Amino acid sequence: MSERPTDLWLDRLRRAAAAVARPLAFMEICGTHTMAAFRCGLRALLPDSVRLISGPGCPVCVTAPGDIDLILQAAQKPDVVLCTYGDMLRVGGIDGDSLEQRRADGADVRIIYSTLDAVDLAEKSPQKQVVLAAVGFETTTPATAAAVLQAQRRGLKNFSILASHKRVMPALEALLAEGDVSVQGLMCPGHVSIILGAGVYRPLAQRYRMPCVVAGFEPLQMMQTLALLAEMNQQGQARVDNIYAPLVREQGNQAALRLTERVFEPCDAEWRGLGKIGQSGLRLAAEFEQYDAAARLGLSRREGGEPPGCRCGQVIKGKQTPDQCPLFATVCTPTRPIGPCMVSGEGTCAAWFKYGRATAAGEAS
Amino acid sequence: MCLAVPGKLIERDGESGLVELHGNRVPVSVVLTPEAALGDWVLVHAGFAISSLSEAEAMETFALLGELEEAGKSDE
Repeated sequence: MSERPTDLWLDRLRRAAAAVARPLAFMEICGTHTMAAFRCGLRALLPDSVRLISGPGCPVCVTAPGDIDLILQAAQKPDVVLCTYGDMLRVGGIDGDSLEQRRADGADVRIIYSTLDAVDLAEKSPQKQVVLAAVGFETTTPATAAAVLQAQRRGLKNFSILASHKRVMPALEALLAEGDVSVQGLMCPGHVSIILGAGVYRPLAQRYRMPCVVAGFEPLQMMQTLALLAEMNQQGQARVDNIYAPLVREQGNQAALRLTERVFEPCDAEWRGLGKIGQSGLRLAAEFEQYDAAARLGLSRREGGEPPGCRCGQVIKGKQTPDQCPLFATVCTPTRPIGPCMVSGEGTCAAWFKYGRATAAGEAS
Repeated sequence: MCLAVPGKLIERDGESGLVELHGNRVPVSVVLTPEAALGDWVLVHAGFAISSLSEAEAMETFALLGELEEAGKSDE
């Protein structure tokens, strides 16, 4: 059989890694990359000196317990219909309970595909308060902004949101500035980059001498990314390569960015595992405050920590791998998850559980 | 969470559109892709088109994926 493009890039990766002659750790920031890398067996192909570590790119995983608690409080209010993306259903709040349990107890919890479905539902159910619980990074935030504008246009008084949208760049900056996670290159998130543009990584690459590659989710793109990152290390370069063009443009999606900017404004936000990061979250701009579900329903935020023993915080930072957590695959499993990284379909622990346990055992030996 | 799938835009009326995804016709919002015209390809995330490509660009981008799929099949 003729040599396939993936083999060519794997060969370049091997050669560059050998020439560098020191261990290389590359971080895939995005949870979708984490899952895709495991699904295609990418890790098993890597040279011994190259590690792929997972970053804080699963929005469900980084949502603080206090934010989940607010969503649970809202679901419990009478006459509330709580709309959420499916991956939030099983995440535990401060007391370990979840939306799934609330629903079993009789709360009206609906899984939506599009945020606009929640707006339609509000229009059709004037006697109900429809609350859209929205998490997600830049890819998802414009959809929430669009829903708020749609509700405003339709003059809906029974639609509100509990949004804990996060901004990737401040978190990345915080992680690199902290300097206790050793990373020699970043596989930048493909779909977040569609919105933000490849240009946002350039100051970061320069400031931290950090090679960056904006990549899609196919095995070929991911292998090419690792090869390019290794070669940049070999050559002592810190470029930003965008191999997900033409989908990812240098300036991003301006329409989406404008929509987000119109409805939200940056604020400090709490990340599970990373703590409070300046300007890393978004709150409704003053004009749209009436759509804040916490104010409308009179909810008050409680603070809470990790479940006892859970190392999700360390896993999110890339400081520990799931198998270093005493709960992993013992008491914490996809059927009975303890921490958010096991709950989410794109969480690092769920990926390790599903695909990586054999590899993990191999690495440990 | 940030999953997205490519499809061809076959109808467009203001901010609403219809995309053909693997033979299914799926309604999408095109509010984030004001430049997308009929026949363009869009990447759909949670009901919203987040990026658009001309048909020629799409063929170039996604043809490679088709080849990979074929290569995968011949390995099985």
